[in-house]
Amino acid sequence: MQRDVVITGIGLASSLGEGIETHAAALGGGAAPVVDATSFAPYPVHPLKALELDRQIPKKSDQRQMEPWQRLGVYTAGLALDGAGLKEDAAAKADLQVIVAAGGGERDHAVDSAILTDLRGAREPGPFLNERLMGDLRPTLFLAQLSNLLAGNIGIVHGITGASRTFMGEEQAGVDAIRIAHARIASGQAETILVGGSYNAERRDMLLLFELGGYLRQGGFAPVFARDDAPGLITGSASAFLVLESAERAAARGAHAHARLGKVAATRSKRQPGTVEAALRGLLAGFGEVSTGALAVSAATGVAGITAEEATAVATLPGGHRVATGDLLGHAVEAAFPVSIALAAAALSTGQAAEAVVTGAGHWRGEGAAHLLKA
Amino acid sequence: MNAINPASPHRDSKGRPLVAVTGLGIVTSLGQGKETNWAALTAGKSGIHRIERFPTQGLRTSIGGTVDFLFEGAFSAPELSEKLATLAAKEAIGQSGLGQPGDFPGELFMAVPPVEMEWPQKQELARTTEGEVNYDVLLKAASTGKFAPMHELFVFAGVADHIADRFGTRGSPISLSTACSSGATAIQMGVEAIRRGETPAALCIGTDGSIHAEALIRFSLLSALSTQNDPPEGASKPFSKNRDGFVMGEGAGALVLEDYDHALARGATILGIVAGCGERGDGFHRTRSSPDGKPAILAMQDALADAGLTPADVDYINAHGTSTPENDKMEAMSCAAVFGERMSGLPISSNKSMIGHTLTAAGAVEAVISFLTIANGRIPPTINYNTPDPAIALDVVPNTARDAKVKTVLSNSFGFGGQNTCLVLTAPPEAA
Repeated sequence: MQRDVVITGIGLASSLGEGIETHAAALGGGAAPVVDATSFAPYPVHPLKALELDRQIPKKSDQRQMEPWQRLGVYTAGLALDGAGLKEDAAAKADLQVIVAAGGGERDHAVDSAILTDLRGAREPGPFLNERLMGDLRPTLFLAQLSNLLAGNIGIVHGITGASRTFMGEEQAGVDAIRIAHARIASGQAETILVGGSYNAERRDMLLLFELGGYLRQGGFAPVFARDDAPGLITGSASAFLVLESAERAAARGAHAHARLGKVAATRSKRQPGTVEAALRGLLAGFGEVSTGALAVSAATGVAGITAEEATAVATLPGGHRVATGDLLGHAVEAAFPVSIALAAAALSTGQAAEAVVTGAGHWRGEGAAHLLKA
Repeated sequence: MNAINPASPHRDSKGRPLVAVTGLGIVTSLGQGKETNWAALTAGKSGIHRIERFPTQGLRTSIGGTVDFLFEGAFSAPELSEKLATLAAKEAIGQSGLGQPGDFPGELFMAVPPVEMEWPQKQELARTTEGEVNYDVLLKAASTGKFAPMHELFVFAGVADHIADRFGTRGSPISLSTACSSGATAIQMGVEAIRRGETPAALCIGTDGSIHAEALIRFSLLSALSTQNDPPEGASKPFSKNRDGFVMGEGAGALVLEDYDHALARGATILGIVAGCGERGDGFHRTRSSPDGKPAILAMQDALADAGLTPADVDYINAHGTSTPENDKMEAMSCAAVFGERMSGLPISSNKSMIGHTLTAAGAVEAVISFLTIANGRIPPTINYNTPDPAIALDVVPNTARDAKVKTVLSNSFGFGGQNTCLVLTAPPEAA
């Protein structure tokens, strides 16, 4: 059994603001990206446009128990549920499945810094570390750090009692979240899935992880495909959640479908020069005929080598409007692919395109692609 | 792809491919491999001991089921988690006889602990400068490129990527976490992929080697851990009246899942069937289960329904049984709701009494033990059961293993953050 899968809810928030219209307008072109080149210098980031959290997370106690990446994700998931008309539907929420692509929790930078400084002079570093961690760590910080607690908080705040799964693994977690959600619905294993990811770029602990491997761009903003002077990621705070649904179910409840998610494919090339291009071309070939004029949305990272390879693969598509998600709102790691799918769906929903292809190669591993069509 | 006779493939009660188990692997604090673990588990032996990996001065809990026999020097959580997973996977694939070395014809679904840079690595970066340390100092050290291997060590995709390389699994490997039910979720995802016909086989692994000072302190600050450190082997006492928290454990479980007809066609020995999976979220609280047990009840019922079985078919329950006051009470109540009057005579035991809570790995480790229980006709006990909780009327197979014919096991996993996953695991079909 292979059923059609449609997108009935789009939640999007980023440095540009929130919602389908805001992001569709940015896709249309013109607006400059929002870049903060000073707060984390020499690393530019795209900072989140402040959210009115109360609109999606009414209880302050819930807001307090989350770190920014979780609040952003819970907020955006709420937008998707609202858009799909499921927010107040308790019966639907009891069956709703959730798949989240999540990164690591946020460190308490002040605590880490103070402990590292004091560890320098500690005569017994082990016991000293124990004492400081026991005294300085907020007990609830752990809950804000656990990867699967974004899904947990979505459940608690929005009253979803269906099951949840959390995928980890940087960009590819976002690809696989969408891929598995699509496969489960298409095969009849699930009816409705809330799927997405969330990334807070305004944190040095994550910058540190990427900088260890030399993956960050230093200096000012440059478009993703024009970073040869200083290749690398410019991360952006962003989140996207989608409500995916079988076409029958959506039709039966009279839900508006923004787009049809035709195919989602993922692979893992053993990275050598040329493997990303070959992998992406292989995934795109699996989509069959792509119409001339199809929108191409790329979740490319800006990292040396693989970004040019992705561009070459995308160039094999029949010419249409080509957009790099990173040029609009930065690279959102686990959320990069879901955000790119959401942008493509927004373009279809607002009539900017009738068909779209989304691609993405992770900064270190993983390649993915998706094909969206008019619902 | 395989030699299935399309005219008469084997199907479950819902017309889906049967999902066979053809390989099992396990490592816990009790040792490496099925034989060692089975001997210890059925002897009622505990793998819990005083932690020597790091100083425990000043900590309320100083015990754990750490796996200490794999590395000589220092190591990080991802390194140990990968090593544990490698050993378990090697054992499972070896038993299955599927594929060739380094060429496993199936997908990888892997429950891995969320890892992050640890204190020794941060200190190493800090040592490149003098004076006050902050993240800008660490970033500056990182930008030299001298510490590049740390990136690969601490990216979330790293462990599964290395396992995929080592065993030659197909496709895009999944790294997942559903907290304490992660191992069961990895199995569930393998089952789903085989049922969809996407892959003839799946390597499903749960691994966790993340006991370090900060991990232990975090759970300790949530008052989740037992503080009865003396004697260490007595601390994990699921369903006992004096239970006071879980004991952290390490380990890995690996299962080779395979389309039943695919396994038959190549003449593989079928060890059992993953007959059903059930899962429910719990929107009640971040660390506590719904007091009415509803999500756990529904997850068990869903798993049975998915398997096309009823509570009367279950011979034994492999409990989540963490030894926390709340979990064990909720689990007992939920089991009573599902199994009714039968529950007082239905054996239910907790492997965690001996190996502690292996967290991310638990669902997979305990599924492996459940299949060993089926194969050997012997139920591992719940040890340290000396002070029964009058509020929990269960046959917990106290302290001594018991011979029993076990064809169908319900294995429970209930996680922090609300994910409950239950698996129905059965003996191989009698006649192929």
